[in-house]
Amino acid sequence: MIYLQLFISFFKIGLFGFGGGLAILSLIQMEVESHGWMTPQEFVDIVAVSQVTPGPIGINCATYVGYTVGGIWGSVLSTFAIVLPSLIIMLSICKAYFWFTKRFKGNPYFEQTLRMLRFTVIGLIASAALMLIKPTTFIDPVSWIIFGAVCFFTVLPQVYKNKVTEILSHPILLILLAGLAGLVVYQS
Amino acid sequence: MFFQLFWTYLKIGTFTLGGGYAMLPLIQREVVDRKGWIDEEEFLNMIALAQAAPGLIAVNSAIFIGWRIGGWRGVCGAVLGAVLPSFLIILAIAMVFQDWKEIPAVEAAFKGIRPAVVALIAAPLVKLAKSAKIGWITALIPIAAALLIWLGHVNPVWVIFTTILLTLIVVKLKIKN
Repeated sequence: MIYLQLFISFFKIGLFGFGGGLAILSLIQMEVESHGWMTPQEFVDIVAVSQVTPGPIGINCATYVGYTVGGIWGSVLSTFAIVLPSLIIMLSICKAYFWFTKRFKGNPYFEQTLRMLRFTVIGLIASAALMLIKPTTFIDPVSWIIFGAVCFFTVLPQVYKNKVTEILSHPILLILLAGLAGLVVYQS
Repeated sequence: MFFQLFWTYLKIGTFTLGGGYAMLPLIQREVVDRKGWIDEEEFLNMIALAQAAPGLIAVNSAIFIGWRIGGWRGVCGAVLGAVLPSFLIILAIAMVFQDWKEIPAVEAAFKGIRPAVVALIAAPLVKLAKSAKIGWITALIPIAAALLIWLGHVNPVWVIFTTILLTLIVVKLKIKN
């Protein structure tokens, strides 16, 4: 039963996951929270691990959630389920590649849908961030200082671009620094 | 072809940090510049399709390139190569993570990391909004979507589904007039 639920959840995530990794986060979060598979805190932890390990975030989350819920077979099944819709859809596109590019390039229905989805995806990513602002993840004012600092360094290269700001905006470096800050502040 | 594609994607999958988008330039260098399996124009078409289709961009691109170069075997090789490194790494971490979290130092570090992760999700929004050329009216779409999911607890799947349906209806009405 748990395997069937895992399969359905991650198949759904793969099927409706438009816009890449960050946009998929809100779908994964909704699934794991509604099934009670993970707390928001655990979910943030796995996103953190995903940011510092190689590979697509969607695969990382599927593997991790699958393992914690259903062991090794759970992780194999979840990872397979998130990839399966891609296989079906992309292979159909490939098989009809020339037909597809001729038919859909410049097609108003197709182009407008893609344009609108880009706007929706921005909302999806915003909701993923908003849903993670909880008392368990933002425990005190220091949390907000870290949040503000990471936002600042991530956006900085867009305003003031040079080698230093570029290096400082690297997500892995920022996570390591935040972990160091956590060690200094919270280690008693 | 299976092994060549498997090996190429395995290398890319093992050494790119930062998710699917970060993989694209490496895939281009390997598949277009070095191996010459497909040309630049087709590669750009592939990126457009991989982004337009649902699912993970890295996996979508692996399927496309695998199919164009090696048919079914190519697809199996490329997808396995793209997925296997992160699968194995995360599986290993998942096996030990529950115990590690008991260590006070690890828990302290994660207390600092959690708000940073939320910031890393939120901060790219500025860039995304800019590149989508968002205006005052179109900004209502992401705001409505975020509020529906965040406060209304609406499943994002429905938000995406509604976006597609509404757009199709609006375009249809516009064409009619």
